[in-house]
Amino acid sequence: MYSGLSLRLVLLTYPKGEIKVKKIVATVLLFTFSSSMFAADVITVKGSDTMVILAQRWAEMYMKMNPNVTIQVTGGGSGTGISALINGTTDICNASRPMKPTEKQKLKHRFSSLGVEIKTAKDGIAIYVNEKNPLKELTVQQIKDIYTGKITNWKEVGGIDSRIILYSRENNSGTYVYFKENVLDDEDYSPSCQNMPGTAALVNAISKDPNGVGYGGAAYAKGIREVAIKADANSPALLPIAENVKSGQYPITRFLFMYVKSKPSGAMKEYIDWILSEEGQNIVTKVGYFPLR
Amino acid sequence: MKKRFRLSEFLAEKLITATAFMSFTFIVLIFIFVFRETLPIFSAPDEIAATEELGEQETYGNIVLTDAERAVEEKQNKSIAAEEGVTAKNLAGDRWQPISGKPKYGLLPLIIGSLKVSLIAVLLAAPIGILAALFTAAFAPKWAKEALKPMIEILAGFPSVVIGFFALVVLATFIQDFFGLEYRLNAFVGGVALSLAVIPIIFTISEDAISAVPKSLTEASLALGATKWQTALKVVLPAATPGIFASVILGVGRAFGETMIVLMATGNAALTSADPFEPVRTMSATIGAEMAEVVFGETHYNVLFLIGSILFLFTFTLNAIAEIFVRQRLMKKFSGN
Repeated sequence: MYSGLSLRLVLLTYPKGEIKVKKIVATVLLFTFSSSMFAADVITVKGSDTMVILAQRWAEMYMKMNPNVTIQVTGGGSGTGISALINGTTDICNASRPMKPTEKQKLKHRFSSLGVEIKTAKDGIAIYVNEKNPLKELTVQQIKDIYTGKITNWKEVGGIDSRIILYSRENNSGTYVYFKENVLDDEDYSPSCQNMPGTAALVNAISKDPNGVGYGGAAYAKGIREVAIKADANSPALLPIAENVKSGQYPITRFLFMYVKSKPSGAMKEYIDWILSEEGQNIVTKVGYFPLR
Repeated sequence: MKKRFRLSEFLAEKLITATAFMSFTFIVLIFIFVFRETLPIFSAPDEIAATEELGEQETYGNIVLTDAERAVEEKQNKSIAAEEGVTAKNLAGDRWQPISGKPKYGLLPLIIGSLKVSLIAVLLAAPIGILAALFTAAFAPKWAKEALKPMIEILAGFPSVVIGFFALVVLATFIQDFFGLEYRLNAFVGGVALSLAVIPIIFTISEDAISAVPKSLTEASLALGATKWQTALKVVLPAATPGIFASVILGVGRAFGETMIVLMATGNAALTSADPFEPVRTMSATIGAEMAEVVFGETHYNVLFLIGSILFLFTFTLNAIAEIFVRQRLMKKFSGN
């Protein structure tokens, strides 16, 4: 009766939902083209949850200045965005990681183009602990040992004597992949990692868990504390603040990307140029990430 | 009187016939779809497409990188080179690490997770649901009955995302403080939240089953001098057993298939331990969390559909068992043959 229903819905809605959105966008496009001479441009943006707030701010500001352009922003994770780009359901894909070779290959099969990469901003991945945790700094190696399950007590890294509770993102997150491959050197996360659906949920969990540790974009770090990171035992401990991230000194720094199918033109080119302009980059700072320059 | 042919009636009849069979067709189609997407796992592994030389990807925006920045970029690029695309030989393993240089698709922790949470939910919901049903059907005054039944049934229509959010924010903290737990989100929190969704199902069907016990049985018992309690416990409840059993089975099915509540409240760590206070990752939550991300046709995608098939078969079997119990046992019992 009720039992199978939720499952069926999950299985059904994904592909169908995509088609529907496409149809709606198409209808909107048709409608606007036929009904007015001043055709409105619709740009769909999808991908990284880390970038979703940033992308929304960009879109809001840009639409305010260019009322004839409509920009629709959705999140879902970098993997989701790249899949959408490959499946042709989004114009621009936000990603907090580079495209994988397999993904480029798929894009080439579909559109005979490898896609175009646009660096839009920089981000330092912060390591969060609860406010009450006295821990000040960690080395990258220690973070790796904590997340692969070799270190299980805060005592071992100079903290209080209690178990470390690991929080991670779900595996559709670009941050999950980036962290795994850059910090964990592609080793698997400890199975006791709790996977949270979204950075907001993760931050919420750590703010309520005195023994918790988590990672995520520096922009989200409100209400909890960031730990200073050392590249190795002898290097200085750095916080993910503007000068450290912008210079690339902070050990867990990454680029935030946009991907499009082919060299941008028309309304999309104008939009991307605006993002890379000073005005667009100012918004990056306001949201809490770091501009390219 | 001779029957007159009425077009509207004829059409209406055909229309409802069509609708009835439409849902049937849909279910069959979904069945076929889910199983078809599962199949590639069992066929011979595809030759992994030869890693053709792709060449440089175009970039846009004129940024000249500094050395430190180039190091950042290189590191980010190098890390991504790890290839995916492995066959699913390790389905019986105890590690669920689908995004990995060597993906591990062990279903064991997910199956254990689903069973654990469902068990906790049903152990909590069954006594509450059945006792509430017994009260409503056998003891409650008429006004209470008229108020209780619809109210509890409304609970069944409660959006599961609301229950899940409540569990994530309020219930988890409460349970952690109360039991002094290490993990804030765990199977027990998920089970408690899930029981809120299961209680209405067990209640409604049990209540129907208890109400369906013929008045003659109750009256005979009371006439022989049994008290109200003795009648309820020794006569009414045993007579309604098949229906109650069916309600519990359907409750298990609901708990097993529920996605949103467990996704939010259980911590989603794929562990195989039996400890009810450790986080778990259920099959449904895995589909819910990962389906949106996979590239269509990949091994990971097929494995998620395999999980879907397992869930489907499980709930289908449970529904069938429940149906048999209600239809055949209960009806036979009361029809007097």
